[in-house]
Amino acid sequence: MLEINNLHVDIDGKQIINGLTLTVPAGEVHAVMGPNGSGKSTLSYTLAGRDGYEATDGTATLGGADLLGLDPEERAALGLFLAFQYPVEIPGVAGMTFVKTALNAVRTARGEGELSALDFLKLVRAHLKDLGIDEAMLKRPVNAGFSGGEKKRNEVLQMALLEPKFCILDETDSGLDIDALKIVADGVNRMRGPERGMLVITHYQRLLDYIKPDKVHVLAKGRIVKTGGPELALELEEKGYGDVLAGLAA
Amino acid sequence: MSATAETVADVERLNEKYKYGFVTDIEAEYAPKGLSEDTVRFISAKKNEPEWLLEWRLEAYRRWLEMKEPDWGKLRYPPIDYEDAYYYSAPKSNENAPESLDDVDPELLRTYEKLGIPLREQEMLAGVKNIAVDVVFDSVSVATTFKKKLAEAGVIFSSISEAIQEHPELIRKYMGAVVPRDDNYFAALNSAVFTDGSFVYIPKGVKCPMELSTYFRINAENTGQFERTLIIAEEGSYVSYLEGCTAPMRDENQLHAAVVELVTHADAEIKYSTVQNWYPGDENGVGGIYNFVTKRALCAGDRSKVSWTQVETGSAITWKYPSCILQGDDSQGEFYSVAIANNMQQADTGTKMIHMGKRTRSRIISKGISAGKAQNSYRGLVKMLPTAEKARNYTQCDSLLIGDQCGAHTFPYIESQNRSARVEHEATTSKISEDQLFYCRQRGIGEEEAVALVVNGFCREVLQQLPMEFAVEAQKLVSISLEGSVG
Ligand SMILES: Nc1ncnc2c1ncn2[C@@H]1O[C@H](COP(=O)(O)OP(=O)(O)OP(=O)(O)O)[C@@H](O)[C@H]1O
Ligand SMILES: [Mg+2]
Repeated sequence: MLEINNLHVDIDGKQIINGLTLTVPAGEVHAVMGPNGSGKSTLSYTLAGRDGYEATDGTATLGGADLLGLDPEERAALGLFLAFQYPVEIPGVAGMTFVKTALNAVRTARGEGELSALDFLKLVRAHLKDLGIDEAMLKRPVNAGFSGGEKKRNEVLQMALLEPKFCILDETDSGLDIDALKIVADGVNRMRGPERGMLVITHYQRLLDYIKPDKVHVLAKGRIVKTGGPELALELEEKGYGDVLAGLAA
Repeated sequence: MSATAETVADVERLNEKYKYGFVTDIEAEYAPKGLSEDTVRFISAKKNEPEWLLEWRLEAYRRWLEMKEPDWGKLRYPPIDYEDAYYYSAPKSNENAPESLDDVDPELLRTYEKLGIPLREQEMLAGVKNIAVDVVFDSVSVATTFKKKLAEAGVIFSSISEAIQEHPELIRKYMGAVVPRDDNYFAALNSAVFTDGSFVYIPKGVKCPMELSTYFRINAENTGQFERTLIIAEEGSYVSYLEGCTAPMRDENQLHAAVVELVTHADAEIKYSTVQNWYPGDENGVGGIYNFVTKRALCAGDRSKVSWTQVETGSAITWKYPSCILQGDDSQGEFYSVAIANNMQQADTGTKMIHMGKRTRSRIISKGISAGKAQNSYRGLVKMLPTAEKARNYTQCDSLLIGDQCGAHTFPYIESQNRSARVEHEATTSKISEDQLFYCRQRGIGEEEAVALVVNGFCREVLQQLPMEFAVEAQKLVSISLEGSVG
């Protein structure tokens, strides 16, 4: 499903990702862990098509389609969703307007046509309920003045609404309280399915207790340096990245 | 794509951009070209005006001859040839003023339908809108709706030409009382050759039962539009009034010089909203309306209030400073403005708040958006006169830049002659946020739509001041006027 091969990425002429290779087949959830500054967010931004993240070498495809030449909205239309590590505030734009515009855009791209106002409201309310979010949150401007945890829940809400084919969650667990973590994880688990792939970036084993990954990768210095099963996360939790990184230097 | 198919697509795209750009093919009657005392006499005679008004006009014309076109605006345009224009154009079919809508030329009715303004009252009632409309086509008012219903409430809503005939005492008392005819170059020009516009009178204690609106349309070629609007709110009354404007796409520039005067007596309130969408010219700056407008309110009575809300998206040149003279104690003035300049458009707009009365308050919220190669200036004066004990002003002035070839400028003037008065001014200038655009686009929202969304958010504080029926329209307009500003 998601295939990344020998990817190299520059930001401002500085190489951040160098030779990253990773495959997530449909139906699987892969976790990516790695030290601060190792390039996890850079990878997610690059896949989502952010300006200034220049892929200088390698390839990235989703469902066989080349991602790297596309505009961000075209990638979204292909079904790529990124839950941001730092969700962006958009002053003056009501959350409801935002999700409606987004949903209509992706539905149009999928050839499904726009939802009626009533159907839209029903759909939103159902998801709000699932995620334990108060509707009042969508009356406020997007993310403006939201607490860290509220922002993350809002990301998952959008993900659930847009029904993407492939989800990247960039540290969606940071900032969530214990109960919220479970609610959000349940939300993510509900979305697991044979057609959908997920890349879950996290620093903590805790999240992976709830969202059982098929594989765990360690990203360091811009590359995947180790891959294993769920037990790798436990091992890292216990020992840190020292051993993995030491192996690298050797 | 073949060359012709491409042309067709181009034309379609253009029309999509400015969908009001069509021309109505209708026979019109013109004044002789150019400006002279004879032109003034012609217009006055056409309107069957009383002698005093003709004299008033002629005096304005003579003053105008001695005045100089202002050059302090941050605007560049070739000299205007005042001789090369018509100062009066009226649809011939309107010659004997229509008594009712049934007498209005069907071609005109179709024009307004195309513009999205159904004039037949039953059609309007069928929709959700409960709005009375006066429509001004080139130099004359062609129809005013819901007159009966308004008359029952004692409200007078008519064209100014009609008011001159029917209510000469009110016109004589108020016309020029707020904007003297030699106030400035364009006001003098307007006073000499004004053709039509709206007149509103709300009697004491009356809350106007519906929104009032005037729709201005320039159709004829080489023709200026010089309308005058006068709104009087007697003690304790309230009215919300909205004006909208469009014009066909033409290669030459057309002049629009309006004067609007508002008067509020004690405890009265006027809410005046404008959605200005004159043809802005094409992306190379060819054509478009030159919009030189003098709008001023006199808050004459204690505790009276005037609120100006404007959404300025059109015109090649905008020169406009809706102002409030806060004379009554505790009177209030508000100015909410969104000004968008794209491509080669130039806007120099803002407000003047003149505080005279005690504890007078004013609030200025200005949102300027520049895109393409446009120049957008906010120019505002807050003046606290010695009598303005404990007066307050708050000004917030935000500029948003899209792209790196446009400009935003802020010229705040503050003059305080009273030590107890407070003036607060905040200003920001920023580029449209790449982060916000990326976030929208990651959710599947196309770039232009993302820009529109973010800009609408930026303008929200102002847009939400508009009457609900128009807020949605205005949001769409914001999107349309920014088309082509990215990518
Ligand atoms: N605009 C930029 N210019 C220069 N360096 C940058 C820029 N953006 C990111 N970097 C660098 O790229 C590296 C990778 O950053 P990235 O945000 O991808 O790390 P991360 O793995 O997500 O870290 P964290 O776990 O803290 O979220 C860091 O060293 C960061 O400083
Ligand atoms: Mg990160």
